[in-house]
Amino acid sequence: MSITTEQLSATTLLRFATAGSVDDGKSTLVGRLLHDSKSVLTDQLEAVALASTNRGQEAPDLALLTDGLRAEREQGITIDVAYRYFATPRRRFILADTPGHVQYTRNMVTGASTAELAVVLVDARNGVVEQTRRHAAVAALLRVPHVVLAVNKMDLVDYAEPVFASIAEEFTAYAASLGVPEITAIPISALAGDNVVEPSAHMDWYGGPTVLEHLETVPVSHDLTACHARFPVQYVIRPQSAEHPDYRGYAGQIAAGVFRVGETVSVLPSGRTTTIEGIDALGESVDIAWAPQSVTIRLADDIDISRGDLIAPADDAPTITQDVEATVCHVADQPLTVGQRVLLKHTTRTVKAIVKDIPSRLTLDDLSQHPDPGQLVANDIGRVVVRTAEPLALDTYAASRRTGSFLLIDPADGTTLTAGMAGASFAAEADADADTSAEDAEWDF
Amino acid sequence: MSTVATVPEGTVNPYALSHLDSLESEAVHIFREVAGEFERPVILFSGGKDSILMLHLALKAFAPAPVPFTLLHVDTGHNFPEVLEYRDRTVEKHGLRLHVASVQEYIDAGKLRERPDGTRNPLQTVPLTEAIQQHRFDAVFGGGRRDEEKARAKERVFSLRDEFSQWDPRRQRPELWQLYNGRHAPGEHVRVFPISNWTELDVWQYIEREGIELPGIYFAHEREVFSRSGMWLTAGDWGGPKDHEKVETRQVRYRTVGDMSCTGAVDSDATTLDAVITEIAASRLTERGATRADDKMSEAAMEDRKREGYF
Repeated sequence: MSITTEQLSATTLLRFATAGSVDDGKSTLVGRLLHDSKSVLTDQLEAVALASTNRGQEAPDLALLTDGLRAEREQGITIDVAYRYFATPRRRFILADTPGHVQYTRNMVTGASTAELAVVLVDARNGVVEQTRRHAAVAALLRVPHVVLAVNKMDLVDYAEPVFASIAEEFTAYAASLGVPEITAIPISALAGDNVVEPSAHMDWYGGPTVLEHLETVPVSHDLTACHARFPVQYVIRPQSAEHPDYRGYAGQIAAGVFRVGETVSVLPSGRTTTIEGIDALGESVDIAWAPQSVTIRLADDIDISRGDLIAPADDAPTITQDVEATVCHVADQPLTVGQRVLLKHTTRTVKAIVKDIPSRLTLDDLSQHPDPGQLVANDIGRVVVRTAEPLALDTYAASRRTGSFLLIDPADGTTLTAGMAGASFAAEADADADTSAEDAEWDF
Repeated sequence: MSTVATVPEGTVNPYALSHLDSLESEAVHIFREVAGEFERPVILFSGGKDSILMLHLALKAFAPAPVPFTLLHVDTGHNFPEVLEYRDRTVEKHGLRLHVASVQEYIDAGKLRERPDGTRNPLQTVPLTEAIQQHRFDAVFGGGRRDEEKARAKERVFSLRDEFSQWDPRRQRPELWQLYNGRHAPGEHVRVFPISNWTELDVWQYIEREGIELPGIYFAHEREVFSRSGMWLTAGDWGGPKDHEKVETRQVRYRTVGDMSCTGAVDSDATTLDAVITEIAASRLTERGATRADDKMSEAAMEDRKREGYF
């Protein structure tokens, strides 16, 4: 690995998640990515070799780089996402390694919530199966911007192009109907190493990138100037020192979009309007800042602002509401029921709330919906209606992953109950009015 | 229909953050979340590079105001003198408040017993957890990184500990988006790991970029060491060398800094940050694989200690 310091500094970071059952070869793919990008070090390889020998295998099993390191003693962990790190000269990667079984839907939701890309694995011999559709649905639900379909085990179908083409076509049509914005299909053999890091010598008919090449070049953020600017206030910085007697800054991480000095902004939920006097980017005064930078904003007027407030452009502020409609994934073992009193955490604001209604529950197996289930249990995905005790400045999840997402928390023991995505169903293209059409209603859970 | 990468070669998104800026922004966000939601947070500070990095990030997160946290050091009594000197100088420079929990005091009082192998690293757990209870800390920042070790790869950024400071990997809360759930009952606390997503190389690159000063033992220097279990340990009053172990002077540096009894030095001629980064980028050993005896005690050493309350 010969990476210069300059190359290392210039690299960007891509967070991605993998989905697929063990049988699809996910562990082998992850192991192959780590191994062939030379991200596995000698002592880790030795550990794998030893574990392989202990299991009576002749060659080191690359799958053990992920599966083997999470030893048997750790089996049964309910929420089981492991994060792994590797780098190439072009980019650094954070991989959320998520088991893909149906009973662990919440795992994939957890991994996908911070991912900019999801790799969905398919066994070339089986094609698109229920599990594949489930993974596509979760990726669409979480609005992961890029989805890679990795058609694995091409070596077992004689590297035949028609097999790949038919699976890619079926998946792409299905995922596109769910609203997945970008799909890249790649034929691979994780076991043999075809098109994972090195281009395959067996598939001349494929002209696209390898998995790693795609991971290295996919854009990591969208055009932020087009996003609604949002700044949740985390903490008020007031040194009250001799050196800074009047400094009053609002610290936070820009959730979306761009903020500029001189811009007219509203502070929500109060609705007071003022202008941005200055932006301090961790010690450096700047004229412009954008997501996801952590900055401190100073305002021209001395108005009452505290943690939980949201700063947004005066002409582009989110709606204020106490009635939240959302698609949720229930992640706790105890159920969520109609009438339950909960806490709702949205950006930096936590408010009391009550579950008013659970209109429907989705069965991921066949994507059918069941009306009025009464409750949601672990791994259920459904629609909920929540009434909050205080107004929230809430976007739709479709417009902003960060300001459209929330948690429901059990006030008694602090358990994270539910991951919420505000707004219409995930399949709706952009906004609420899309779910009025008959076609979309089918997906409106 | 299959699509390929949509971004032409060489296209640069002007809004893309470098990986170091992304990691810095995320860590600062985590520090501020804790400041906003907890009553009595504390930063575990040992004078090692990860805790130095954390302090640097905390200073930036709240500037121009002071860091709103105190520091806690669990002193094994076998720490490197250079590191203790660095610790005290840093605390004074930034006007911080430091609590010290002393393993030696626990041994002297008969509350802890010295281990036959002389290693004091596992003995830190009791003074640490008692200090947390005594000072009623409700959030405890640690410099743990997920790339260090397989048990740490499982760790959440906000990790709930019960009233005995125990970690239960089966009862971890799922962590979604950047919405960290810090709710806890009285007596419980949350361990917080702002640099979870950093790798060893990220830490060093950031130290170089920010011009952060480190204790000299991280850079190659002549040192009296002896070999034990394949590692170069510093000779000293703590218990080495034994009769058959021979002291020699070698040019070495440290990749991690913990207790003298379990932290090994590596042969190195890297005397500058640039040289250290080049050395790490080329190394075929992980940080802990190279130099930490405490992780080699058993397959699950780290997990076992973490369950008991270790950081």
